[in-house]
Amino acid sequence: MTTPNILIIGATSGIAEAVARRYAAQGCNLVLVARSQQKLDVIAADLVARGAASVRTRVWEASDTAGLAGVAAFAWDVLQTVDVALIAHGTLPDQARAAEDLAYAVEHFRVNGESAVLCMLALSARFERQGKGTLAVIGSVAGDRGRPSNFLYGSAKSAVEACASGLRAKLYKVGVNVLLVKPGFVATPMTADLKLPAKLTATPERVAQDITGAVERETGVLYTPWFWRFIMLIIRQIPEVIFKRLNL
Amino acid sequence: MLLSWGRYPRHPQTAHPVHWPDEVGRTVDAISLNGARRGLAFGMGRSYGDSCMAESDHVVAMRGMDRVVAADWETGVIRAQAGLTLAALIAIALPRGWFLPVSPGTKFVTLGGAVANDVHGKNHHVMGTFGRHVERLTLYRTGEGVVECSPDANADLFNATVGGLGLTGIVLTVDLRLRRVASAHMAQRSIRFGNLDEFFDLSATYDARHEYAVAWIDCLAAGRQAGRGHYIVADHASDGVLDATPPKAKRMPINPPISLVNGVSLRAFNTLYYHRQRSKNVLSTVGYDAFFYPLDKLLDWNRMYGRAGFQQYQCVVPDANAREAIAAVLGEISRSGTGSFLAVLKRCGDVPSPGLLSFPLPGVSLALDFPQRDEVNTRLFARLDALVHEAGGRLYPAKDAHMNAVDFQRAYPRWSQLEALRDPFLMSRFWRRVTQ
Repeated sequence: MTTPNILIIGATSGIAEAVARRYAAQGCNLVLVARSQQKLDVIAADLVARGAASVRTRVWEASDTAGLAGVAAFAWDVLQTVDVALIAHGTLPDQARAAEDLAYAVEHFRVNGESAVLCMLALSARFERQGKGTLAVIGSVAGDRGRPSNFLYGSAKSAVEACASGLRAKLYKVGVNVLLVKPGFVATPMTADLKLPAKLTATPERVAQDITGAVERETGVLYTPWFWRFIMLIIRQIPEVIFKRLNL
Repeated sequence: MLLSWGRYPRHPQTAHPVHWPDEVGRTVDAISLNGARRGLAFGMGRSYGDSCMAESDHVVAMRGMDRVVAADWETGVIRAQAGLTLAALIAIALPRGWFLPVSPGTKFVTLGGAVANDVHGKNHHVMGTFGRHVERLTLYRTGEGVVECSPDANADLFNATVGGLGLTGIVLTVDLRLRRVASAHMAQRSIRFGNLDEFFDLSATYDARHEYAVAWIDCLAAGRQAGRGHYIVADHASDGVLDATPPKAKRMPINPPISLVNGVSLRAFNTLYYHRQRSKNVLSTVGYDAFFYPLDKLLDWNRMYGRAGFQQYQCVVPDANAREAIAAVLGEISRSGTGSFLAVLKRCGDVPSPGLLSFPLPGVSLALDFPQRDEVNTRLFARLDALVHEAGGRLYPAKDAHMNAVDFQRAYPRWSQLEALRDPFLMSRFWRRVTQ
């Protein structure tokens, strides 16, 4: 079997970098897309040292809708076939500030919701033509139910979930898997300023291991670590009359 | 919760994680609250005592800065961010035929930590300390920004940073010169010896013939058997197998409230260990992981000592007094009935280190662990300290949680040169204890 070709959008995110390292160790070819060329260069050099057969980079801003077609074209030009695409960019907005500052709210809603949805759309046509591969996108357990502490982030991620669900059913018929990854708390740059509960917080390496495993098994929806499936099952079952009284 | 490896003294550290070099300065500033608090870089927390703890208990957590920046596989020089662990580096370098020039007893330390403590290994008598193989460092220093140093450029800062306990700035990148190996295996000879005199004879005969030499001893054996143990020498094998995958590690399954290490378990373990090798002299081939990092097979083994934690006592005494001093130290320990599963005895060589505060000196180093019991340890360590001092020896700051300022400053007279180059926004609990 030839080594897989990997496209990662949002490649400087903590989870994406950990996933890239796992593929690098397998000797894959990678195309990395992110906002900062400087960070992309550092990560590319690291991945080559870790065994990647080749790493190419491209700068793209999540707000640049017009540039998305170019990103997809670049990836397929370089790799010919994309076996795994991972859409991983995201931010964690401050819910309180979002209520005061609508420009801030819309910026973060777009990065986490709109741009992830558009990335899926931009790649889906090429996956459809290709007739194989995995299109993976990072959602969140926060998308399962809006909670008072972070429903802006949660509502953007639930848009990603609905899009992934529809696209999965569409692309399944041509042999492409759409994987929605729902991490719980993960210790990454995005969450570096938060106080996360230690026992519930996973390392990006752990989450990356789950993701590459789910790609192999062609899983549709992955909760990572696994126990979040049960935590969220409970949270989703709480009747609204009770839920609205909780401070989750 | 971030503690040091000995989990004593118990000062939980608050982590301020960094992932990119440009976040380091901001984080040092954020911790400092305009100079009111002083922080410190924190890697894997494998220092045993309080040298890895910030005075403010707020640390810059470096694990996220773990990228290889550049690697030249022709010359074996790699430049990596300071948070890269030796375990990760081995996984990257060994399949290409390169290995660490110097390996401490665990692979779960960062490059930055290896530099800050100028760690040494079983080949000290041949290769010297880790710092000898560092070609260049970049540091973040308050008020100066990113500063480069090497043995040739900015050498004062380089020498203060190697073994500088993280006080001269936050190490950002390390250029390390690796060494070639032809195998992931080690050709090892293990010789059982019955007492301390036999160890010194073996060491005199075999150390010079092999790159690696170390001895495990039963610190509870007394009388004619005092200092009995196993002497192990090894060299890198030449079979061409470069598989870096370490055997799967197990994790300490429970968090015992009290120490599982006590007089009974110690005596049983040490006796069994001594007798595990039936014949006196055994040749074998072992994997690099089993040879260099036997304790890494049980993750979190430090929890075995219970909530109270433990202290490691590591001293080195000069060759001239080594035989008498080590015998006296072991005598005290044996009489105390406390002590570790296995003590490690190692002859250090005369290869000089660039580090101002490098620990090893030509002589013999002894390291053992003691369950934390305030009174017992205080009394025993006072007696041991007196013996070590009298013999012209010193203790290892990376392991220390007890030495006093007088002993430290006498043992490391160049401490004031390091203090002069210390970043004013950085301060460890150790450094405050022994200098302020």
